[in-house]
Amino acid sequence: MQVELKVNGKSQQVDVPSHTLLVQLIREKLQLTGTHVGCDTAQCGACTVLMNGRAVKSCNVLAAQASGAEITTIEGLAQPDGTMHPMQAAFKDCHGLQCGFCTTGMVMSAVDLCHKHPNASEGEIRDLLEGNICRCTGYQNIVKAVQQGGQAMKAAA
Amino acid sequence: MGASDFTKLPHIGEALKRKEDYRYLTGGGQYTDDITLAAQCHAVFVRSPHAHARIKSIDLAKAKAAPGVIEVYIGEDVAADKIGGLPCGWLINNPDGSPMKEPPHPILAQGKVRYVGDHVAMVVAQTQEQARNAAELVEVDYEVLPSVVRVTEAAKAEALHEQAPDNHCYKWAIGDKGQVDAAFAQAAHVTRLDLVNNRLIPNAMEPRAAIGSYSRATEEYTLYVSNQNPHVERLLMTAFVMGLPEHKVRVIAPDVGGGFGSKIYLYAEDVCLTWAAKKLNRNIKWTAERSESFVSDAHGRDHVSHAEMAMDKDGKFLALRVHTHANLGAYLSTFATAVPTILYATLLAGQYATPQIYVEVDAWFTNTAPVDAYRGAGRPEATYLLERLVTRAAWETGLGQDEIRRRNMITSFPYQTPVALQYDTGDFPALLERSNELAEVAGFAQRKAASEAKGLLRGIGYSSYIEACGIAPSNIAGALGARAGLFECGEIRVHPTGSVTVFTGSHSHGQGHETTFAQVVAARLGISPDQVDVVHGDTGRVPFGMGTYGSRSLAVGGTAIMKALDKIEAKAKKIAAHLMEASDADIDFVGGEFVVRGTDKKIAFGQVALTAYVPHNYPLDKLEPGLNETAFYDPTNFTFPAGTYICEVEVDPATGVVRLDRFTAVDDFGNIINPMIVEGQVHGGLVQGIGQALLENCIYDPESGQLLTGSFMDYAMPRAGDVPNFQLDTLVTPCTHNPLGAKGCGEAGAIGSPPAVINAVLDALRPLGVKDMDMPATPARVWEAIEAAKH
Repeated sequence: MQVELKVNGKSQQVDVPSHTLLVQLIREKLQLTGTHVGCDTAQCGACTVLMNGRAVKSCNVLAAQASGAEITTIEGLAQPDGTMHPMQAAFKDCHGLQCGFCTTGMVMSAVDLCHKHPNASEGEIRDLLEGNICRCTGYQNIVKAVQQGGQAMKAAA
Repeated sequence: MGASDFTKLPHIGEALKRKEDYRYLTGGGQYTDDITLAAQCHAVFVRSPHAHARIKSIDLAKAKAAPGVIEVYIGEDVAADKIGGLPCGWLINNPDGSPMKEPPHPILAQGKVRYVGDHVAMVVAQTQEQARNAAELVEVDYEVLPSVVRVTEAAKAEALHEQAPDNHCYKWAIGDKGQVDAAFAQAAHVTRLDLVNNRLIPNAMEPRAAIGSYSRATEEYTLYVSNQNPHVERLLMTAFVMGLPEHKVRVIAPDVGGGFGSKIYLYAEDVCLTWAAKKLNRNIKWTAERSESFVSDAHGRDHVSHAEMAMDKDGKFLALRVHTHANLGAYLSTFATAVPTILYATLLAGQYATPQIYVEVDAWFTNTAPVDAYRGAGRPEATYLLERLVTRAAWETGLGQDEIRRRNMITSFPYQTPVALQYDTGDFPALLERSNELAEVAGFAQRKAASEAKGLLRGIGYSSYIEACGIAPSNIAGALGARAGLFECGEIRVHPTGSVTVFTGSHSHGQGHETTFAQVVAARLGISPDQVDVVHGDTGRVPFGMGTYGSRSLAVGGTAIMKALDKIEAKAKKIAAHLMEASDADIDFVGGEFVVRGTDKKIAFGQVALTAYVPHNYPLDKLEPGLNETAFYDPTNFTFPAGTYICEVEVDPATGVVRLDRFTAVDDFGNIINPMIVEGQVHGGLVQGIGQALLENCIYDPESGQLLTGSFMDYAMPRAGDVPNFQLDTLVTPCTHNPLGAKGCGEAGAIGSPPAVINAVLDALRPLGVKDMDMPATPARVWEAIEAAKH
């Protein structure tokens, strides 16, 4: 089937079997490999992207469901000249990543989290990150990065 | 250069932001599954659904006829091509000198399967979906056999291997049994403890993946693989399994999404893909689904132990006696046999001057996934046993948890333990005192009262760990059974314009070597870390390497780089001496400049680098052009990071819920290059250890041998909301035998934290009469223990 959608600002027409997952379309058809697959039960959040501005686990969305949607993947978050989004910069600044595998999904979740809950406390951030698993960092610096990135997003808004 | 001079250099001790982060944060990382080779096809493995079964027949007709299928391979094909089994890298001998049982570990089952997930067939098809669909069509007729998953039941279970009729792999012992028994006979008090070290599943976030590739034109193989030590992978695969010329095989471990031990090993999939790539003349990719990772990655821990500590009337330790049953799983993984022996029993002295120690280990085969090193590897098992025992001894003798530790701590170095290791340095009492201070232990009674006012129980738990890192002096490791060297290699390539590429045999899969090693090189050469790039994970680019595990990268890999820098400096001084018409011996290298001692003559490092490659004015009669040096470094001892961790928990007696309220970790990692990265390593290790203590448990059904915790919905991975912020500090006693003075920090958190947590839980529950608690201390277990204590 034909799926028409906008990915990182660019219109795409993709021909995929009807059971294709959004993450497969992103990784295999569009070669945007920054979106990762870390599990097969929609638990880990490594595949998180923004769909119409809302964080979704792209392993749990059919490509067909994304028809007509605007998708932002990690590749579309930085500015065109490569300058990182404030949340990306905060992750670097706070050492909120180690192996990098969960990071892209974690950053996309964090962007959505801070849009929806601009004044979230540390405890609330911890609870709101429930859908993203990181095995490396122990979360402390991720939480710090979300706080700092959230502040920077507010300042930039 | 000595360790104390080194720490004064610029960038050493600086929390430099990581050089690798931009690519990870912008989606530019290249993990194995992100790589697409030309005309790539896909492999899917058919795995055993049974824990133990004989294969009566396999019918491949339907699978081979399925759309897109290129070929289906089974054990017979492997045997026909004389592909060997996976080797075990460490030989353990029984006390009578006979070797351990070492049954074959086939890459595709040879007539029998021995755990759920064991490899039966490999289907190769044009697309992954076609391969998956065809895998469903492979018809295997199994005769199901009785299985065993618990290590304590292995002896009387049906044999997995002909070579080990009672499922016993080896018995191993260390220490003087006679002396220990004599000390026990004199003891004023003996503390006894039975405990289980729960089985864990490593779960690096990137599932294992590999791409096999072969070029008929050059007769060269390339294997991309998510792995922690590509050179060892290549050596094992070429020399011991496939009989290939090593120089014709290139192994690339690109960005690797976490390892924690589980990606050290040579796995069956890696060999199958390499083998089939040539047979089919195709590039073949395999990426594990998470459910495959759960059943087929090497697991960790799984010990059942009995421990006894003999003490005098003042609580001084006289002797320690331990027996451990270790579950090795169905086959011997690469380093499986070293974990419950060399990496475990030798650490049982801990931080204490216990004069006599005797440890006996029985290792068994069961119908479970192979068990091997997982973050800490043996040392968490040792620390958990010893620190639980010490805290119990404190409670039995009426001493404080800190006081009993203080009374028994080693205070003079070097210290020869009764279990082979010699500690070079440390200050254990200082770590304990600093931890007491940082944890605000003085305020514990007040916090406990506040918890009680809310109807909650509060407990405090201590753990003073030591670990042996920087594995290892090759000659000692060899004498202990290692079948490989354990040195490291580093190459420094100074480019004509003065920038530098470092080639290291260490492998970064999250540890930040690209930054830390750049800091080391920049500091030595007086250049900016931006001018230094670090290459790792490619046998085609890095001369050699033994890889990253056992917190060895900085202590061993970093020292190899330091040795190569010594050679660079020595040669550069000669070039500088020539340019300034001075004697080599009169040249000092300071802050990136070569200076003729006692004069104002100097020349910049960059000028020397350029001269090395444009040797117009150069002593060509006695010196080669170029500035590129390689060094191999074999350590003279292990390194010994140590620390004291203090945990405080609140337990709700109505629900059994344990809330981790405060956690303090004070560590001695020797000299620190990048404190930001070190803190991150500690955070991550702590959460893995806390996960073991409170959440994680790998459970196989004892009847069927099915893995019951085979997904993230069943296996409780720690999430952000499960843990608090940690209080950290470090004290420094530099390692005495490497020029960095570094000890390693990667595993400490996972080693030190589990007993601190469980001791805290037990301290909270003590007033209710609860004496024991196995990990993980889930609400159900805690509640049951509270209820049981009432009756």
